[in-house]
Amino acid sequence: MDIVLGIRTKDSVIIATSKAFTRGISILKDSDDKTRTLNDYNVLAFTGESGDTTQFAEYIQANIQLFNMRENTEMNSKAIASFIRQELAKSIRSRKPFQVQTILGGMNKGEEPFLSMIDYLGTRVDMPYVAHGYAAFYTMSLLDHHYTKDDTLDDGLKLLVMCNDELNKRMPIDFKGLNVKVVDKDGVRAIDFDEFTAAYKASL
Amino acid sequence: MLLGTMAGGAADCQFWETWLGTQCRLHELRNHERISVSAASKMLSNLVYQYKGMGLSMGTMICGVTPKEGPTIYYVDSDGTRLKGDLFCVGSGQTFAYGVLDSNYKWDMSVEDALYLGKRSILAAAHRDAYSGGSINLFHVTEQGWVYHGNHDVGPLFWEIKQQEGSFNNVEA
Repeated sequence: MDIVLGIRTKDSVIIATSKAFTRGISILKDSDDKTRTLNDYNVLAFTGESGDTTQFAEYIQANIQLFNMRENTEMNSKAIASFIRQELAKSIRSRKPFQVQTILGGMNKGEEPFLSMIDYLGTRVDMPYVAHGYAAFYTMSLLDHHYTKDDTLDDGLKLLVMCNDELNKRMPIDFKGLNVKVVDKDGVRAIDFDEFTAAYKASL
Repeated sequence: MLLGTMAGGAADCQFWETWLGTQCRLHELRNHERISVSAASKMLSNLVYQYKGMGLSMGTMICGVTPKEGPTIYYVDSDGTRLKGDLFCVGSGQTFAYGVLDSNYKWDMSVEDALYLGKRSILAAAHRDAYSGGSINLFHVTEQGWVYHGNHDVGPLFWEIKQQEGSFNNVEA
């Protein structure tokens, strides 16, 4: 599991995850989706120990959907982040901890866009842009330099193109491209990032 | 009817895939409906996940054709990974098989060509990987179930293919 990053803009949250699923010396799949949609306005991206990742993410997904059914309302992003954090905090001191790093992106109705990263220890931090693993080493400095609070979704995607270019240029592995999800006032949707990149580069 | 492949620990695969067969039959009896490949593969992956860290060694592919899913393959391994895909090679010789498979595979190839390619890929692995070989069992999975296409001993098969195809030129006849 490799690239997992998120960018929060003025009106949306962008989550990007690598498409390659590698086991040992083989890339078993080049269209892997390292996210789960928790509810209409929240998406969870994950990376870490194989098996633990999907099991944990689906456990969280089931719990968020249960809340929805019981309370007849969707859980908001901050509450979801708190819930995930506590589950990971309980997990770290259990017999077999979940070795999972997560990024939660969401934008509930009437609320500001929300982006948070929670690691396997239960450390939660809410930030304008986040990344786990080696991706962070290459992208954080780029985002520190170019990110502004007034970025729109389009600006955010252009930042992501910059990040993708840098990762392709310097990372010693082929991660088979990025799966990009956007959360905005219309909910969670996947976007064709290759198409966006091509169109953006052609316009330069 | 579903088919499961076994790589890794023979006992683990055999035992738990037999168990899986039992659970699938129970599903049919309880629900009056054939189990989906997705559900069957998830039963196995959830089971092995419970034993994670305790030493199970399994690399399997759960294959089947159902009306609601069409032809489907799920890769399931003992660290709890479950992946849907069109093409997988599993085991110590997987990389060798990938080489032959990837270079000749087409989504719309005929069943006859696919059977040959599958056999040829395993032969490639059997030749190069010290821990692969013996014989090849070929199966074609349809909606009605699996169709067995024989057991092929690698010993004579290698020389047949070498002559027929004109390949393996690094080996003296």
